[in-house]
Amino acid sequence: MYNFNYIKPGSVDEAAAALTSGDAMALSGGQTLLPTMKARLAETDTVVDLTGCLSSSIGIVRDGDLEIGGAARHAAVANDGNVPGWLQNVAAHIGDPAVRNRGTIGGSLANNDPAACYPAAVLGTGAEITTNKRTIAADDFFQGMFTTALDDGEIVTAVTFPTGASVSQAKVESANYQKFVQPASRFALVGVFVAKKSDGVRVAVTGASEEGAHRWAAAEQALSGNFSPDAVPAAPAADGMIGDIHGSPEYRAHLVAVMTRRAVAAASA
Amino acid sequence: MPKDGIGAAVVRTEDVRFTTGKGRYVDDFNVAGQHYAAFVRSPHAHANIVGIDKSAAMAAPGVVAIYDGNELVGDGIGNLFCGWAVTSKDGTPMKMGAWSALATSKVRYVGDSVCVVIADTQARARDAAEKVDVTYEELPAASTVGAALSSTAAQIHDEAEGNLIYDWELGDEAATDAALASAAKVVELDVTNNRLAPNPMEPRAALAQYDSGEDHLTLHTTSQNPHVARLVMSAFFQIAPEHKLRVIAPDVGGGFGAKIYIYPEETVCVWAARKAGVPIKWTADRSEAFLTDAHGRDHVSTAKMAFDANNKITGFKIDTTANLGAYMSLFSSAVPTYLYATLLSGQYAIPSIYCNVKAVYTNTAPVDAYRGAGRPEACYLVERMMEKAAKELGTSPAALRRNNFITEFPYQTPVIMAYDAGDFDATLSAAEAAADVAGFAARKAASEAAGKKRGLGYSCYIEACGIAPSAAAGSLGAGVGGWESAEVRVNPVGTIEVMTGSHSHGQGHETTFAQVVADRFGVPHDSVKIVHGDTDKVQFGMGTYGSRSGAVGISAIVKALDKVEAKVKKIAAHVLEASEGDLVIEEGAVKVQGTDKQMLWHEVGLAAYVAHNLPEGVEPGLNESAFYDPTNFTFPAGSYICEVEVDPETGVVDIQGFVAADDFGRVINPMIVAGQVHGGIGQGIGQAMLEQAVYDADGQLLTGTYMDYTMPRADDVPFYQVSTHETLCPGNPLGIKGCGEAGAIGSPPALVNAVIDAIGTDNINMPVSPQNVWAAMNS
Amino acid sequence: MPTVNMTVNGKAVSGDVEGRTLLVQFLRENLGLTGTHVGCDTSQCGACVVHVDGEAVKSCTALAVSCDGASVATIEGMANDDGSLGPIQQAFQDNHGLQCGFCTPGMIMSAADLLKNNPNPSEQEIRDYLEGNICRCTGYHNIVKSIQAAAAAGA
Repeated sequence: MYNFNYIKPGSVDEAAAALTSGDAMALSGGQTLLPTMKARLAETDTVVDLTGCLSSSIGIVRDGDLEIGGAARHAAVANDGNVPGWLQNVAAHIGDPAVRNRGTIGGSLANNDPAACYPAAVLGTGAEITTNKRTIAADDFFQGMFTTALDDGEIVTAVTFPTGASVSQAKVESANYQKFVQPASRFALVGVFVAKKSDGVRVAVTGASEEGAHRWAAAEQALSGNFSPDAVPAAPAADGMIGDIHGSPEYRAHLVAVMTRRAVAAASA
Repeated sequence: MPKDGIGAAVVRTEDVRFTTGKGRYVDDFNVAGQHYAAFVRSPHAHANIVGIDKSAAMAAPGVVAIYDGNELVGDGIGNLFCGWAVTSKDGTPMKMGAWSALATSKVRYVGDSVCVVIADTQARARDAAEKVDVTYEELPAASTVGAALSSTAAQIHDEAEGNLIYDWELGDEAATDAALASAAKVVELDVTNNRLAPNPMEPRAALAQYDSGEDHLTLHTTSQNPHVARLVMSAFFQIAPEHKLRVIAPDVGGGFGAKIYIYPEETVCVWAARKAGVPIKWTADRSEAFLTDAHGRDHVSTAKMAFDANNKITGFKIDTTANLGAYMSLFSSAVPTYLYATLLSGQYAIPSIYCNVKAVYTNTAPVDAYRGAGRPEACYLVERMMEKAAKELGTSPAALRRNNFITEFPYQTPVIMAYDAGDFDATLSAAEAAADVAGFAARKAASEAAGKKRGLGYSCYIEACGIAPSAAAGSLGAGVGGWESAEVRVNPVGTIEVMTGSHSHGQGHETTFAQVVADRFGVPHDSVKIVHGDTDKVQFGMGTYGSRSGAVGISAIVKALDKVEAKVKKIAAHVLEASEGDLVIEEGAVKVQGTDKQMLWHEVGLAAYVAHNLPEGVEPGLNESAFYDPTNFTFPAGSYICEVEVDPETGVVDIQGFVAADDFGRVINPMIVAGQVHGGIGQGIGQAMLEQAVYDADGQLLTGTYMDYTMPRADDVPFYQVSTHETLCPGNPLGIKGCGEAGAIGSPPALVNAVIDAIGTDNINMPVSPQNVWAAMNS
Repeated sequence: MPTVNMTVNGKAVSGDVEGRTLLVQFLRENLGLTGTHVGCDTSQCGACVVHVDGEAVKSCTALAVSCDGASVATIEGMANDDGSLGPIQQAFQDNHGLQCGFCTPGMIMSAADLLKNNPNPSEQEIRDYLEGNICRCTGYHNIVKSIQAAAAAGA
């Protein structure tokens, strides 16, 4: 990789300031950034390590909602007793054990890899992303592959999942994530997160689309009326789905429906 | 039998260093003043080099030298080459294009090396390599044999018109055509054998040092055959005379064929170490390995098999086109010819066989032998054909095979090979029992009730190992002999060092070879040290590939042991005043049968070296060497059965069981042999279900990292049920056949046949990935 | 150049590194601990797994500077105090859980992490846990057997 200066600020404000100067890049768990830099696909004069200033705590806040600090590692989320099973399950299938010991939820969301798992869970539950500047609804946060609502110098400090009553979003009653792995990378070839909430059903899809993590409106509508696998609509159009050596657009579209049915079945179980 | 002799599951001596982090692989060696090489590689699959501007790179921090192909050629460094001459059916020699270790005027695949940058750290060498400005004039590229053979394809090498390297044939075409014409049934099959990247976990590496005082070069390199590397670099590349070049292959982290060959990078490092006057280390990263390690397989074939009214095979005709990549690697020509077409008789009596093979240049990485090398391609074709024929003939796969098994040996096939021993029914029966074929119907019904599809697939493979009788190999075009050497040095205190020309890079020779010695003399195996991988320590050798280390390497050791034994008996008979014929060597002593007279092993050693009381005419010392040249190939064979369950909604294949029943001849260490089979099956499952090296139409490698090339992982595979069933090989002293490649040869058709059985269509190629299975089911 | 301080296999160490120096490079090149290997560029093969503050980490995907102050354990620290093989190492030898040995240090470090968190894993849990460790030699059969044996021995 290209060389760079490394800094590890002690406060979020310092980190934000550092990130707005030059072409500095934020480092959290580094499980995506460092391989990218090793391949010389990213170059920067300064790497700003956020793990010295971000919280990694996981806990119930306000009226039962779950707040996860931006620096919380996947392994911690997967094993924390405050985290509901449907979210533990998401974290437990990101990368591999050693990757899960380093990778963080904030880093995953800020990167918004189109095949990442967390974006589906955040979008599928209607969670809220807290930054050093504001709170952003999941629906506003993800803006296409590798693109988010984050401004320069804006850092994900926490994510709040609607497991209680206080977030503007309705409470998640049951949920499930089905990940169909791309066989080589073990990222999601297609991942579907289904949440049955007090005000309806949300279905978020990752891995499949050229627009990145997105909601499947037709399925949400159908499932909100009848939360059963049989209610899942036929596969969405292959148009706009990713096509590569591991899956054609048609195959991905087909898997979206299959994984949605399985997620509904599991969430109902 | 001593407890650690032949047949004992002795735990491996070498594991102590490997499990404690004390193995010494090439990249673990460092020397004073060490610099690092980074290669400037072509981003284009096919292009003329118009200009090279090194100025910015030379000015980069830490850079001491940048060399290009013209400087390499200017120093008289010879071309890389293929060492096996194949002659086309029209009598013309194969058309081999020139291959300079650094490209001079043209690049022919993505990753082709253009310049080497030498700098004081690896990072700085790589930083500077990016600053070398190469101007290219792009040319049209061909990444498949179809594209390369098309009339509009660009010429890749001037020497090979139409990109055709050879058009070769084996067998009797007229007889085969006649069999097809008069057949009761002709079964036709088209198959593609998918291209693979070998992926030993240790990437290739080199550490080259030049001692100006001695005018001597030393190369540490990741090689399966350091002696051949020295020979080629000396005699053919003119880097240094053999006595001025030492090649060391220390611990090597897997080979699978990919580390047989003499590559550009290692060659350049040795040359540049003297030219730049600094020791040079180069360690490939995985991306470079994907780009430049010789790939394997990549055949496209059509075949027709003729059957008579009794379901006996009467003829087999095959047409194969093989992709050899952009340059002809060391053994590349032999893989789709003498290592492939000669095995197309499989385990079956087939009166007439004809095979036509075209080898083609493409703008892809060179293709050469990868675990099995030609034999997996033959086995896949034959065993897919047998499964398809069974369905079309309305008989069971096992019955059709049994109906055509060769049952008497020796058996001369129509394609050169003379099988010497085997019992094909025994291994098939053993596999059927282990796989509980009788219970399959019930399991299938249970799967169907759960919405899954279940299938059972067979594969009865045969391969040829123990490469090879030197005269036979030479007559077929090989540039080297197929013997092996050994030196057995009994030290004055009785410990034993064995210098072998075989090379261990995972096979456990340090243990198994020691077991052979322990078995012979009744000494503890840990009093025996196996020395290999250093041209200064071992006189010469052909290295390890083609499952030859047991059949050929151990046979050489046995020959040397014979000589040691003869001398020991002479000395002991003299000292003990007994007749040589009355002596036996066992339990670490030379004993006079029927008496209590004996010499302990170390006493004989001491007697040989102090030489106070030797028989007349016997020289002091106890050090014998031998060369063993095999009398025939060896023919490991066996039956594999795979059972799968397919999820019809997703196309996911779940391997429910994998059985291997092998005949490897004499087994030295059953634990290690089983491990070889496990590993071979793992790679075979990889080929069948997961792996494929894919180039796009422009010759860009789409599977350049583990993000896209699917390596088998622990959760892709089951426990395997393996067993061995010995028929001894009559051709070598211990009856060894070889076990290193069988798993990779026998397993792919078993898995694919199982998937075909499950999904009911054979319109599918490897890998049977979820997408491909789903597409086949929905086409 | 930043200076980093760590405890590696119980010993305090320090060294000057670049910002880009990876933990694995620091271990191999600065400290000469060459038992930790590099087998890929994309954090998948696991030949480089070490423990950082008690957790399995891919040392090819961690900056040395990020590990300043950390306690690191490598394969060189896994033997018993008397130099004999530690229980997982012994299980790998006894069960032929390695061939070329290149992936082995990472396998053993991962196995140690697994057994620390799950002393009695099922076959499937072992296979799932090894998702991040690639072996090309063994077909995984004897690696899984080795870890089962280590678990049975209470490693």
